Amino acid sequence: MSQDSQPRKNSRFHLTVFALIAMLTAVLSVGTPAPAQAEDGTFKLGLVTFLSGGAAGPFGVPARNAAELVIEAINKGTLPAPYNSIGIAGQAIEPIIIDEAGGGTKQVGEYRNLIQRKNVDAVIGYISSGDCMAIAPVVEELETLTVFFDCGTPRIFEDNKYKYLFRTGPTSTMDNVAAARYVLDINPDLKSVSGINQNYSFGKDSWADFKGSIQTLKPSVEFKTEQFPKIYAGQYGAEVSSLMLEKAEVIHSSFWGGDMEGLVLQGAARGLFDDFTGVFTCGETGMFRLADQIAEGTILGARGPFGVYAPKSPLNDWLRKNFMARYGTPPTYPAYKMAQALMGLKAAADKAAATAGKKPTQDEIIAAFTGLEFEGPGGTVKMALGNGHQAVQDMYYGQYSNKNGKPTMTNVKRYPADCVNPPDGVTSTEWIKNGLKQASCK
Amino acid sequence: MDTLLVILIDGIVYSSWLFIVAAGLTLVYGVMKILNMAHGSLYAIGAYSAASMVGWYFTNGYVPWASYLVFLAAAILAGAFAGLLIERGLLRVMYGRDEVVMILVTYGVLLILEDVIKLLWGVEAYFAYQPYSLVGRTKLLGITFANYDFVLIAAAVVIGAMLWAGLNRTIQGKLLRAVIHDRDISMAMGINVKRTFFVTFVLGSALGALAGGLTAPALSVVPGIGIEVGILAFAVVVIGGLGSVGGAAVGALMVGIARAIAVHTYPQVELFVIYGVMAMVLVVRPQGLFVSTVARKI
Repeated sequence: MSQDSQPRKNSRFHLTVFALIAMLTAVLSVGTPAPAQAEDGTFKLGLVTFLSGGAAGPFGVPARNAAELVIEAINKGTLPAPYNSIGIAGQAIEPIIIDEAGGGTKQVGEYRNLIQRKNVDAVIGYISSGDCMAIAPVVEELETLTVFFDCGTPRIFEDNKYKYLFRTGPTSTMDNVAAARYVLDINPDLKSVSGINQNYSFGKDSWADFKGSIQTLKPSVEFKTEQFPKIYAGQYGAEVSSLMLEKAEVIHSSFWGGDMEGLVLQGAARGLFDDFTGVFTCGETGMFRLADQIAEGTILGARGPFGVYAPKSPLNDWLRKNFMARYGTPPTYPAYKMAQALMGLKAAADKAAATAGKKPTQDEIIAAFTGLEFEGPGGTVKMALGNGHQAVQDMYYGQYSNKNGKPTMTNVKRYPADCVNPPDGVTSTEWIKNGLKQASCK
Repeated sequence: MDTLLVILIDGIVYSSWLFIVAAGLTLVYGVMKILNMAHGSLYAIGAYSAASMVGWYFTNGYVPWASYLVFLAAAILAGAFAGLLIERGLLRVMYGRDEVVMILVTYGVLLILEDVIKLLWGVEAYFAYQPYSLVGRTKLLGITFANYDFVLIAAAVVIGAMLWAGLNRTIQGKLLRAVIHDRDISMAMGINVKRTFFVTFVLGSALGALAGGLTAPALSVVPGIGIEVGILAFAVVVIGGLGSVGGAAVGALMVGIARAIAVHTYPQVELFVIYGVMAMVLVVRPQGLFVSTVARKI
């Protein structure tokens, strides 16, 4: 007769529960049924964006909506010039939409599935920097043209060279170097800064770039508290108290999505951003949703010349008008970046087709894409970094105002792409550390 | 000194939230021996119900102060209804199975509820911030606190007191404790154990949803908010001892204070501190702080 003790039973019990908790991170995925093998005249395009989880509402769904809108227009040939020809190199786009939720390991599996089982011609996708880091090496292995449209980490093209991989959205380095310049432009006497960023690669990189840029541009600035709460933490009471106690003039945050909105709400309830100037590098997505909660003078970024910062152009007018008409809300930056990626792919494929005089091969599209300069709804995009695979664009920042009941950005400043991006071949970290050399800010 | 007091206040506010979340989880385990993995989803259902109700309420311009009653009632009712459906529709036919099997069952419920939430509310964020700022702010120790956070502390005290009084000062509570001690003997003594299970699960679910409802005004209510919370609640009840309401209160306090100390003194370790506390407690007392070692019956 044996007699086990309760603690031993508890240990097995806890182990089982821990295993289940680990599985929770891989919850929630939405796939689409595999369509029939591509027919002649269609371009099968895998689209990967968040359809569930905290990033779906502010990022994934607007991006998916923009994709549907732009693909429909490309297939009908109703986009403004220079995209007013039908299809991609004459082929109608057949989209296959995949949910990005579930983490890097799951996404690698989904990516392989897109290429090897669904036989897509190209993939556009990925919002999470973690997913981009996981997918990048697989792109070269599977040798299929892939375009990252949103993820921000500069390490993708700084650490490696790629043939099949492109990114049409700017890096987070641009967001944070421009934020540092903007903060000092509007407050040259700046004395102190604090930061609250998520505890993962995007948050850490963003803070390092911002802090490094401030240290380079104005070494006398004092850095107070540096908060790194867990991503999706939701509750920031202690962090807000710490930021208030430290009394830095400026509080930098690269929070995005629900975390950013939660911080804005909790900060607003305690007057944090009334007393200290908030810099939200990804804040534009909450500008209309939280119009009466964002403090006057808060600095908001849109991760490029997107959303309210997009310069007037026929492409921008078309996107705003049609997005608003169909979805009842203005397009925010993820929508712009998805539209931009689709236009970049079409520009490259159409250019390759014009050169080849026939349906272009993948290598011909890649050759045309490399170093390409094309127009997007956010203005001119130059594939200038990463040996012509990484985009750069102008960057804008402004201060939020809702004085007349209409959310607007005031005191808007433009920073040319060459002012806020490192020269090709120089890593962001080295560039910032060595004094932002060769930056052309005129 | 001021910083110490701020740490204490921040810790107690966070602990209060954690306790409200964990109370339902530990109650259900104490009575039913079911570790409800779907507890976080019930929290999310409460948050969504409250946020929807706040949106409707303020759009129609009703008296702002009464909104508290409306959104909290919505959260409690939604949680109780979900609990009722889960207990009657699924758990009732599973009673008597091994605890690990019940964990898998409730994990399945979690997956279902996450999709149900998406079906009902979509993936867009919901906001319910009006009640958060309605009660104003208080300047204390040189910084500003939201009075709503103090309401949260009061809510935790009231919920804790009601649970204690319900378990220790009522006939139903005595019956419940009898079931906790030995369900077979309780059944032999004529206690309707299945009805006790039903009431407990509905109550636990309503408590989980109430926690979501109380938190909704400070959050962007988005899909998946319950998953992280469920993990935190699990950490709290493991520290206190599975099934102990008092243990959940102490576990919540330990985690809350430890997290506040980390945020104010060494923010880089905030990510690990909660699980660090849990690991240290488990090393010393694998059964949790407030559960005594009991020889296994054979």
